Amino acid sequence: MKKITIPAKIENLPQAIDFINQQLKPFEPISQAQLQLELAVEEVYVNIAKYAYEPGEGKVFISCEIDENPLQATVQFTDSGIPYNPIDNKAPDMKSREKEVGGLGIFLIKKNVDDISYQYQDGKNILTIRKKLGTNIQ
Amino acid sequence: MNIDKILEDNKLIIRLDGRLDTNTAPKLEEELKKDLPNITELVLDFEDLKYISSAGLRVILSTQKIMNKQGNLAIENVNDFVMEVFEATGFVNILTIKE
Repeated sequence: MKKITIPAKIENLPQAIDFINQQLKPFEPISQAQLQLELAVEEVYVNIAKYAYEPGEGKVFISCEIDENPLQATVQFTDSGIPYNPIDNKAPDMKSREKEVGGLGIFLIKKNVDDISYQYQDGKNILTIRKKLGTNIQ
Repeated sequence: MNIDKILEDNKLIIRLDGRLDTNTAPKLEEELKKDLPNITELVLDFEDLKYISSAGLRVILSTQKIMNKQGNLAIENVNDFVMEVFEATGFVNILTIKE
């Protein structure tokens, strides 16, 4: 399992994405599935960067574990900010023409991973996403 | 993300190259704010747009709302991933997406 700790700031988003993609690279995931994971990672990360430590600053700890056969990534985000369970957030009404965009990020996380879980432990928010990824390796 | 613009009278074509994400969406929003007054026909060409997140969707939605009042907006050459995001979020129902 690999891990990084970075200041939870929006401008560090590329570092979070690059970290996950570096772990996946040797396993040659199918690009569509990788983009779906990137999307989920971005939405989780940005949520933490924007709201977890508001109005202050803090860090986010990200770990990534890869399973082979079948290829699967488990990404865990830990922050010490305001307790917040994103799974409780209701999906926006997708039929509404005047779209409620607030819940869009959370909706996209749920839509693009196979499993999501949240726990609040020792003063920390721990959000874990798991996604199966196809591989281009024969 | 790279933003290329072609202006012909009241028609503006914007070509995006790269990723429309939390870091780049404000850049597009800023460009649009400058250019949209007087535009009646806006085309967003997504041929080289690889990726979109909710931040990108928000800019597109606010742009659609502006264009509803002053003309029309068409989105062209959407890749499979971006299309999937448009479909999952119901954006396909409010946008004009051309092949």
